[in-house]
Amino acid sequence: MIVAEIKPFEEIKNMIKNYQKVLIVGCGSCVTVCLTGGERQVELLASALRMARKIEGNDITVGELTIRRQCDPEFIEQIKDEAAQYDVILSMACGAGVQGIAERFKDIPVLPAMNTMFLGVSDGQGTWVEVCAACGDCILWKTGGICPVARCAKGLVNGPCGGSQGGLCEVSKDVPCAWQLIYARLVRLNLQHFLKDISQQKKQPVRPRRLVREDLRLKKEPTKGV
Amino acid sequence: MGFREALYSGKFLITAEIGPVKGTEIDVLLEDAELIKGKVDAINVTDLQSSVMRLGSMAVCHLLKDHGIDPIFQLTCRDRNRLALQSDLLSAWVLGIRNVLALTGDHPTMGDHPEAMPVFDLDSVSLLRVICRLNEGFDMGGNQLKGAPDFFPGAVVNPGADTEAAFEMQIIKMEKKIEAGARFFQTQGIFDLDLFERFMKRVEGFKTPILGGIILLKSAGMARFMNKNVAGVFVPEPLIKAMEETKDKVKTSIEIAARLIKGMKDICQGIHIMAIGMEDKVPVIMEKAGLL
Ligand code: SF4
Ligand code: SF4
Repeated sequence: MIVAEIKPFEEIKNMIKNYQKVLIVGCGSCVTVCLTGGERQVELLASALRMARKIEGNDITVGELTIRRQCDPEFIEQIKDEAAQYDVILSMACGAGVQGIAERFKDIPVLPAMNTMFLGVSDGQGTWVEVCAACGDCILWKTGGICPVARCAKGLVNGPCGGSQGGLCEVSKDVPCAWQLIYARLVRLNLQHFLKDISQQKKQPVRPRRLVREDLRLKKEPTKGV
Repeated sequence: MGFREALYSGKFLITAEIGPVKGTEIDVLLEDAELIKGKVDAINVTDLQSSVMRLGSMAVCHLLKDHGIDPIFQLTCRDRNRLALQSDLLSAWVLGIRNVLALTGDHPTMGDHPEAMPVFDLDSVSLLRVICRLNEGFDMGGNQLKGAPDFFPGAVVNPGADTEAAFEMQIIKMEKKIEAGARFFQTQGIFDLDLFERFMKRVEGFKTPILGGIILLKSAGMARFMNKNVAGVFVPEPLIKAMEETKDKVKTSIEIAARLIKGMKDICQGIHIMAIGMEDKVPVIMEKAGLL
């Protein structure tokens, strides 16, 4: 899932300081799962903002809504009537969600309430870790299902740097060295021969990346400019 | 005789190491180099060691060359992408630099600009391949060069890697480095000759010369610090004790280094002395170790 954390309250308050009617939109996917941008968090942020503005003597109207996915036009469409009644939308989704909403409602400013962090998994209660860097050329098949691109601090694809101590990474002393995990897993799977292959260096993707599936397209549409 | 010729002559190899200053003050550095000159086969120049911003390796290598010393240009993958690495290699060649030590490099967070972008576009293995490719007259993209270098590439290995996985991976990566073109290895600092001998037995079949690393101890505190913080360095308790109890730290440090060097003469193909600020002591260490 995409892991995000909520921005500091002061920053959010500052972003909306010139608005009187704010619609907070939560997202029912990744950020709901990592407990930062779902229905419950929308509710909490809304009351905190109302309270803070009340204390300042500058009352505010805050609407609350959570849709299934903010990265999908189909779900965004559902909130068009509510959206039209507000000065600003505060999105509690990842950066893709914020931009999805901004793309649909071009006349309303859309602000991020979250800092989008990484593609990760839960690593015990209240902890999430990055496991994939979306490199576009997955090599997990030869690294025992453990990604060195995302999980080695240097993204090394040809084995460890020699800086680990006690199995931990030289960069963050509370993170296991990805290459030692890979070694252990490949030995366990009896696939250690992969360790000896010299890997090709990763190619840098040209941003922004785009996926086109001709088989799913209705008709050829030219790329739109501004 | 340059480093490459020394290596192929079969003599016991001796290299030292110089870390450029932070700034432009190069007098001390050149004085130290002058002291060691003629006594060692080559001098390594570190590339922003420990990710601390300072004078560059290429410029200092060039200065050493001008002073009649064969430099080993340390080149890390930390700060340059593949364009810059290849271009710097060509630049180094036209400046008279012949030996390159290919390294991954420390992460920027270890140094004094922790927010810098970590590049690591290549790694030590692919960098070695690129060096050999340049030697053949082609760049990484397969384009032909107008005039090719003829570098002598080397790499590092850490025989003291502490866990089984780390140790086995060091050996596997060492084999990859040889396959990618490494012609010699320099090791992390060695303090335990028995462990080192076991490592050497293990890699005997690789048939690539290994220069055992010698780090000069400054104090017992430094030894303990390294044991705790420097991967692969393990200073045994008796040595720490000797440093603690001595009245003359420099003398004891020199004795320890000389003893280790004597022990290494029969184990590996050479030594690499990392004096870390005590470069002026290199000649007396060598004399005590019977190398002069
Ligand atoms: S190799 Fe790593 S970063 Fe690339 S797609 Fe696979 S898991 Fe993601
Ligand atoms: S210690 Fe391991 S995980 Fe950390 S940078 Fe080195 S190889 Fe990568």
